[in-house]
Amino acid sequence: MKRNQFLHATLFFCTLAFTTHSLLAQNSSEPIKVGILHSLSGTMAISETSLKDVALMTIEEINNSGGVAGRKIEPIIVDPASNWPLFAEKARQLISQDKVAVVFGCWTSVSRKSVLPVFEELNGLLFYPVQYEGEEMSRNVFYTGAAPNQQAIPAVEYLMSKEGGGAKRFFLLGTDYVYPRTTNKILRAFLHSKGVQDSDINEIYTPFGHNDYQTIVNDIKKFAQAGKTAVISTINGDSNVPFYKELGNQGLKATDVPVVAFSVGEEELRGIDTKPLVGHLAAWNYFMSLKNPKNEAFKKEWAAYVSAHNLPGGDKRVTNDPMEATYVGIHMWKQAVEKAGSTDVDKVRTAVIGQTFKAPCGFTLEMDPNHHLHKPVMIGEVRPDGQFSVVWKTKEPIRAQPWSPFIPGNESKPDKVADILLPNLLDSAGLAVSGR
Amino acid sequence: MDRWFLRLLAASFWLAAGGSALAIAPEQIKPLAEDDFDARAQALEQIVTAGDEVAKRILEALRDERLYANKDGQILIQDGESYHDALTGALVESKTDDLQSIELNNVLREKVATGLAGLQLTAPDRSVRAQAIQTLLSSGDSILKPLIEKARSSESDPALRAELDQLWASTALRDPDPQRRKEAIGVIEQRHDPQLRLVLAPLLGKQSDGTFTESDAGVRKRIEQALASLEREEGEIQFVGTLFAGVSLGSILLLAALGLAITYGLIGVINMAHGEFLMIGAYATYCVQNLFITYWPGAFDWYLLAAVPVSFLAAAIVGLILERSVIRLLYGRPLETLLATFGVSLILIEAVRTKFGAQNVQVSNPRWMSGGITVLPELILPFNRIVIIGFALVVVLITWLVIQRTRLGLYIRAVTQNRRMAACVGIRTWQIDCYAFAFGAGIAGLGGCALSQVSNVGPDLGQSYIIDSFMAVVLGGVGQLIGTIVGALGLGILSKLIEPFWGAVLAKIAILVLIVLFIQKRPQGLFALKGRSVEV
Repeated sequence: MKRNQFLHATLFFCTLAFTTHSLLAQNSSEPIKVGILHSLSGTMAISETSLKDVALMTIEEINNSGGVAGRKIEPIIVDPASNWPLFAEKARQLISQDKVAVVFGCWTSVSRKSVLPVFEELNGLLFYPVQYEGEEMSRNVFYTGAAPNQQAIPAVEYLMSKEGGGAKRFFLLGTDYVYPRTTNKILRAFLHSKGVQDSDINEIYTPFGHNDYQTIVNDIKKFAQAGKTAVISTINGDSNVPFYKELGNQGLKATDVPVVAFSVGEEELRGIDTKPLVGHLAAWNYFMSLKNPKNEAFKKEWAAYVSAHNLPGGDKRVTNDPMEATYVGIHMWKQAVEKAGSTDVDKVRTAVIGQTFKAPCGFTLEMDPNHHLHKPVMIGEVRPDGQFSVVWKTKEPIRAQPWSPFIPGNESKPDKVADILLPNLLDSAGLAVSGR
Repeated sequence: MDRWFLRLLAASFWLAAGGSALAIAPEQIKPLAEDDFDARAQALEQIVTAGDEVAKRILEALRDERLYANKDGQILIQDGESYHDALTGALVESKTDDLQSIELNNVLREKVATGLAGLQLTAPDRSVRAQAIQTLLSSGDSILKPLIEKARSSESDPALRAELDQLWASTALRDPDPQRRKEAIGVIEQRHDPQLRLVLAPLLGKQSDGTFTESDAGVRKRIEQALASLEREEGEIQFVGTLFAGVSLGSILLLAALGLAITYGLIGVINMAHGEFLMIGAYATYCVQNLFITYWPGAFDWYLLAAVPVSFLAAAIVGLILERSVIRLLYGRPLETLLATFGVSLILIEAVRTKFGAQNVQVSNPRWMSGGITVLPELILPFNRIVIIGFALVVVLITWLVIQRTRLGLYIRAVTQNRRMAACVGIRTWQIDCYAFAFGAGIAGLGGCALSQVSNVGPDLGQSYIIDSFMAVVLGGVGQLIGTIVGALGLGILSKLIEPFWGAVLAKIAILVLIVLFIQKRPQGLFALKGRSVEV
C-alpha cells in the first residue's frame, strides 16, 4: 500500500509539473518556430540554397529588432534534397512533429504540388517565393512569386515588339515537369491570339539534370533560319549552366537569337562565363542592379550577413528575385502575426491579406485577396559582369491572374481565395456535394 | 534589320562620300540617355547619318559601354580615368557617382555594330575592313549599295573582294535588272551558308495584293533552285553536327567505361562505386584549379596539364584502398561485392559532400578551351569538346600500350583469360588484381577530369554516369579494348541520332530498350573473348 501511495503521489506531482510547465511555455516568451523547406543538395541546390540563407538573414534581422510581438523566431531547417516525395515528408515532419507556425519553402512547382496536399490536410501555412505557372490558388499558400501574367506574358510581348527584336518564331525550351509544360500551354494560346501559327512554335523538353545541349542548340540554329526567332527558356536547376555554355561555345549571339529565361537569375549566372551571353534576357520582378534606397540597404545587409557567417562564395554572392520574394514574404507574415495577435494559421491567414511592404524592387507590394502579390514586371539583359541591366519595366505593380485567361475553362474559377472557402469546408465536414 | 534605317544609312554615306559631313547637334544625341526606345533609335540613326569622326567615336564608345550622361544631359565619353564631351572632345570634370551609364538593348546594339561596320568598310587597315564585312554579312539583309559598290571597286585584296561580292549580292537582290538578280542569287548560293535562306525565302512570298514579291518568274525559279541546294547543304551540315555531337558524347562515355571494362573484365565484380571514381577525378581537378588560382594565377590557363596526373593518382589511390579493404575480402562472392561497393559509393558521396559542400563547385574552362572553330558558316565545333575527344583518344592509346606492350598488361590479359591457369604458371593474381583495379580507377579519374570541363561538378556526378558506363561495357563485351570503344562510341552516336526526332528523354528510353533487345540475342556483347570460361 505504501508503495502504491508513493507511486500515485509521484505520478500526480509529475503531471502537475508537466501541465504547469506547458501552460507557462505557451506564454509570450517562447520562440516561434518556422520551417525552412529548401533543397540544399541535388540539382536544385544551386538555386535554393540562397533562399535558405536569405531566410535566415531576415529572421536574424527581425530577431535583432525585437522579434515578432516580442517573441523570437526559431528557424527549423530541413533538406529535401531535390527529391519531390521527400519534400512532402519533410513538410509533414515540420508541421506535425516540429509544430512550426509557418513554412517558407519550395522552388520547383513539382515540389509545391507534392507538399500542397500535406498543407491542406494539416492546415499549415506555406509562403512560396518563386515565379510559377499559376493554375493554383490554395487557402494554405501565399504566393510571393510571379504568376504568368506578371512574367511570362509581358516577356513574350517584349520579344515580339520592335524594341525587343520583333521575333516571329518561338522556340519553347524547358525542363520536363509541370511548370514548363503549363507555362508553354499558356504561351502557345497567347501566341495564337497574336496570330502566330503552330508551325512557328517549337516545344522541346529535357529531363532534370540534363547536361548535353549540343543537339538542341543545333536545332535552335536550324529553326532560326526560317525567320527571326526567340528562345523562351523554362530550364530549371543546374542544367542551365551547360545550356548557356553550349550557347556561348557555339557562337549563338543574343542579337541573332535572343534567349529569355524565366528561372535564371544572378545566382544561376554566378557559375558561368557571361561574356558570350551578353544580351540574353531574363524576366523577373526584381534585379540586383536596381538603384533605389531600399535595394541598397537590402544588398548591404546581405553582404554583411554573408561575411559575418562566412558563407561560401564570399563577396561574389548575389541577390535575386526569389530572395527578394522570400524577404518580403517573411516580413508580411510577421506583420500579419502582429496584426492578428496570434500565430494561429486561421487568424494569420486573413491578416496577411491587404498587407503592404516597401520592397527592394522599389515598389510597395500588396497582398491581394487571391493570395498573390501585386508585382512590377522587369526585363533585364545579361551584362558581362553577370548582372542584369533593366531594358524594360512596368510603371506600376500588376495584379496577378493565377487562373490564366488563355486556358479554356478558367472563366469559372474563383477570383479570390475567400470564394473557394465554402466547398473546402463542406468537403472536410464530410458533407461534400454528391457527384464530385 | 530595319529597312528604313538602312536606307537612311545608305543615303548618308552617299552624302559622306560626296564630301559634305553633317555635324551632330547636342539635342540630337540627348535622347540617348532617356528611356524612350524610338527616340533612342532615331538618335542613333542621326549619329550614323553624320558619318564623321565624331560619330565614329560615339559609336565606338557605345559599343564599349564608355558613354555616359551627366545630370545636365551632357553626353560624355570615358577615356580611362577622364571624361570628355562627346561632341567637342573637351575635358569635363566629373565624379563617377554623378554619371549615368548609357546602356543598350539587343536591337540598339545591333544598330551600333552595323553602323560602325559601315563606317569601317573603307578603313586603311585590312583586318578592320575584313571584320566590318563579316559584321555586315552576318547581320543578314543589307542594302548599303552605294557604299558597298564603292568599297568593292577600290578593294585590292582578292579574298576581301570575294566577300564584298557576297555583300553586293545581298544588296543586288532588288536590282531592277532580272539578270543581275539571277547573278546575285548565284553568288549567294556560292557562300554555302544556310543562314542566307532568311534572305532568299521572303522573296518567294506574296504581298498583300496577291502578287509575288519577286515579279520575274525566271528569277523565282532560280531562287527555288538556290533554296533547294542550300537546304541540301543544311541537311549535310546537320548530319556532320550530329555526328560530332555523338562522337563527343561517346568519348566521354568511353573514358567512363574504359576503367570499368578493365576491372569488370579482370575480376568479374560489378563495382557500383565506379561513378565515384569519376567524381573524385573531377574534384581533384577542382582542387588543382584552386591551387593554381591561389599560388600561380598567371599560369591558370595550364592548370589542366597538372590536373590530369593528379586526378589519375587520386582516383587510383582510392581504387587501391577499395580493392584492398573491401573487394579482396569478398573474392568469389559477386552479390556481396555489389552491395558492398554500393555502400562504398554512398560513403564516398557523403564524404565529398561533407568536405566540399552539397552544391556544385565551379570548374572554369581555361581560355583556350572556350569558344569554337567555325568549320562552316553554320557549323561551329566547340573547343572543349574537340580537346576531350583528343584526350579520350590519347587515353585509349596509352591504355592499349599498357595492356599490349607491358609486362603488367601481359599479366592482366592472362588473368582475365584464365585465372587459375595464370596462377599455376606463377603469376601473383592478387597483385595483378590490385594494380589493374587501381589502373581502371585511375582511368575513371581521367574521365572525371574531362567531365569537369563540360558538365556540372557536384557530389552526384558519378550517379548519372554509372548506368551509361555499364551499358557501354555490356554492349561492347568484356576482355577487349575494342569492345568498349565501339560500345561507347556507338551508344553516343546512336543517342544523338535519335535525339532530334524524339527528344532527349525518349532517346534515352529507346537506347535502353535497344540494349535489352540486343542482350537477348547476344548476351556476351559485341566483342567477347573467345573461349572465356565461366568462373564461380
